[in-house]
Amino acid sequence: MNLPQITQYGLSGITVGSVYAIVAVGFNIIYNTTGIINFAQGEFLIVGAMTAISLSRVVPLPAAILGAVLITTALGGLIELIFIRRVRDASVLRLIIITIGLSIVIREAILHIWDEKPWSLPYFTGTSSTTVSILGAYISVQVLWVLGVSAVIVAALTLFFRYTTTGRAMRACSDDRMAARLCGVNDRWMVTLSFMLSAGIGALAGCVISPITQTQYDMGAPLAIKGFTVAILGGLGNSMAAVAAGLFLGLLEAFVVSQFASAYKEVVAIVVLLLILVFRPSGLFARRGTNLRAA
Amino acid sequence: MRTNVAKILCVLAVGCALVLSGCEKPPASEGPKGDTTPIKVGAIFAVTGPASFLGAPEAKTVEMFVEKINQAGGLHGRKIELLIRDSGGSPEKAISMARQLIDEEKVLAILGPSTSGETLQIKNICQEAQTILLSCAAAEEIVIPMASYVFKTPQKDSQAAQWIFNTMKDLGITKIGVITSNTGFGKGGKAQLEKMAAENGVEILVNEVYEKEATDLTGVLTKVKGAGVQAVVNWSIEPAQGIVAKNMKQIQLDVPLFQSHGYGNIKYVQASGDAADGTIFPCGRLLVADELPEDHPQKAVLTQYKKDYESRFKEEASTFGGHAYDAILILTEAIKKAGSTDKAVVRDTIENLKGVVGTAGIFNFSPEDHNGLGLDAFEMLTVKNGKFTFYKK
Repeated sequence: MNLPQITQYGLSGITVGSVYAIVAVGFNIIYNTTGIINFAQGEFLIVGAMTAISLSRVVPLPAAILGAVLITTALGGLIELIFIRRVRDASVLRLIIITIGLSIVIREAILHIWDEKPWSLPYFTGTSSTTVSILGAYISVQVLWVLGVSAVIVAALTLFFRYTTTGRAMRACSDDRMAARLCGVNDRWMVTLSFMLSAGIGALAGCVISPITQTQYDMGAPLAIKGFTVAILGGLGNSMAAVAAGLFLGLLEAFVVSQFASAYKEVVAIVVLLLILVFRPSGLFARRGTNLRAA
Repeated sequence: MRTNVAKILCVLAVGCALVLSGCEKPPASEGPKGDTTPIKVGAIFAVTGPASFLGAPEAKTVEMFVEKINQAGGLHGRKIELLIRDSGGSPEKAISMARQLIDEEKVLAILGPSTSGETLQIKNICQEAQTILLSCAAAEEIVIPMASYVFKTPQKDSQAAQWIFNTMKDLGITKIGVITSNTGFGKGGKAQLEKMAAENGVEILVNEVYEKEATDLTGVLTKVKGAGVQAVVNWSIEPAQGIVAKNMKQIQLDVPLFQSHGYGNIKYVQASGDAADGTIFPCGRLLVADELPEDHPQKAVLTQYKKDYESRFKEEASTFGGHAYDAILILTEAIKKAGSTDKAVVRDTIENLKGVVGTAGIFNFSPEDHNGLGLDAFEMLTVKNGKFTFYKK
């Protein structure tokens, strides 16, 4: 392999990894507040992207995306109010199972509201063939958008969870809900807020990756599985680690393709996940003994 | 608290059931006994799921066709009762649906399934139950080896591959990269390309399989680029067909892209934008019906179907819907000609049908050929300014 080729594999890995990363970030917000994994996260992405695609026919792209994010945020809040809040004695397992059910319901709803066809948003800048050249290799400009948006989301979340009262209150709910309540945190609204945030960020992620991956009603689950893998790989609750883990997994898959038949790509990804779970269960980037839930 | 779980599950289950119930039609009640009982025809299409762009237009087409026949009084005074099942592209579902249609509904024939993988799974079930199967899937194995009750309407994989190799010969291409999806259709195409490459003087330098959910293929294509190929052949039916075109442009892999006859849906072109321009693929004439000369034998059928479909469903007709059109056309022609709805009699009639003008081509069935289409059922098409048009060197 010569240098441009190695670089091209690297850039290909970053393309795939950036998608994994931005999906993974969404998982962490709800986890940070409730300790549950929201398996409907993938569907939030699709709802967001589909809404944006519909809106983009009548309003300019930025407005369409903003509208989609707001609508999906509202949907996230509504779902929490209707399905999660009413569950008495909400154990983590019970809530997780509810999110699995929700993912199925939302997916079918998407199928009926929109249709079964693959759609996509236009590329944000240039066209599908607009690329940036690095060391003789090429990367789509849209990937830079995905990375940039991921960076902004992660930075904003980090600041939010570390330095704002609301953010700290949300983290407190995850650590010990009863204690947080005793300190005057309105834990119920914190959970609602986390669903809204997570849905909104999911929608934004769905919009940014749509030109690359296309958007189809049943794409949520495969995306969420990869995002979930990456979130675990990085260490649940840690958004910065999720981005690093996403890029790591993408690069790993790309170089597996370069050396072996591409059919082995998934095998390697899963083996790595298993190894991490066995040897570093708190994630690749977690330091032992630290608070995992600090974003 | 246990009851709570049960309650929640109940609510979820009811919710799911409500949402899902829209997908399937309840079987219509039995008609009056006698000569006017409806003729039951089953259909298994991937209306949803990853192969939905095959199944959805197929289901719509068949519904439209049957409605037209029933409005005109049916066949021999009997209406057709159409029972469409949505397999979601899953071979397991296709199997249980086929059994249900055969054992419980006692259908005369089954139209579909949409994909090769599903068809191959139910081929033997239909053969054993002596129920006519008119598949809308492409793989060669559906009709070779032959099962007496199994027919298919799309052109064969080997014919598509032959057209691709012929075009390569014209362009002086001898070294190619082949990428296929891990589906029945992808595997079928891969096998044909591997088998026929040598005899056509073409060498396959890279031969890769990707998973059907793939959302980015730059990795595989980098490998193809590194091998120094003169052309790329992609054989799949998924949205990946649009992604390949985009990714090739993105990594500046500037060689011709050939796709299979699975590319015959304008959505793939739209999904990859201007990157799709120049893609070459073998296809039936439906997509370029307007460009056909007036005296072409298929012109009337194609333009009529296209007009009916597009005005009714407000979306562009695809060749896949056409395959379903051909399937129901062949079945109804055979029933008309046979004057009977006895399975064995209708089967014999189909086997001897000649000169049926369908959307894929002109069908001439024989006991040796249960596809009935010749090499001339294909044309090489290309994409120009986001539209399908005839390919000219």
